[in-house]
Amino acid sequence: MIRVAQSLDPQAELAAFSAGRTDAGALASFVGLCRDEGGKVAALELDHYPGFTESEIARIEAEARERFAILDVLIVHRIGRIEAGAPIVLVGVLAAHRKAALHAVEFLMDYLKTDAPFWKCETGRGGKRWIEPGADDHGARAAWRGKS
Amino acid sequence: MEEATRVLFFGRLADIAGGRERALALSGPTDLAAIIATLGEGAPDLAAALAAPSVRVAVNRQIAPLRAGKAAPGDEIAFLPPVSGG
Repeated sequence: MIRVAQSLDPQAELAAFSAGRTDAGALASFVGLCRDEGGKVAALELDHYPGFTESEIARIEAEARERFAILDVLIVHRIGRIEAGAPIVLVGVLAAHRKAALHAVEFLMDYLKTDAPFWKCETGRGGKRWIEPGADDHGARAAWRGKS
Repeated sequence: MEEATRVLFFGRLADIAGGRERALALSGPTDLAAIIATLGEGAPDLAAALAAPSVRVAVNRQIAPLRAGKAAPGDEIAFLPPVSGG
């Protein structure tokens, strides 16, 4: 399931996601937080393209389901103003076994960093600055190519 | 009268364009290259930003590879700078 949301409560989302899943032996998750960069950043502002963003994330999810033996995927991504310390993104994966769940979470995050259509700017002491993915992010994503 | 073509600017492009959205009056199907040239007229910063190869162009939420293709009255064109999720 994919949702773009104005608020995010990771614990509640994960509890609802795994409720009643007696077939799963593993729930792996990742929560991305807004970092203040030593006090320079007060908040992030995230923008998306309604409809387009969701369909691009759906393609990433479909690829994860093909690559890994997983049962279900949850992706919730914040938009709007996100204060330092608050969650930006939650990825949860249910699988029968832990390795598939852990690998799928890492794969999904590497792809979200470079391929999910969100635009992010920092606001704070340093003014306003648009953030674009760095070489590390592209390297992490490229490393999945050619892996099966 | 023909329906307007919506042009959407995301991320830093909205700052450079001075707004997130613009309406264009096209008389019929028009090459994306010509539309991009029109948007950049009298706005060298926007023209340079739109020319960057890292900026992708979508028509009706479908990426136009190499910016080939046309847009028509009623279509939605989006300019998408490099994305940054997570």
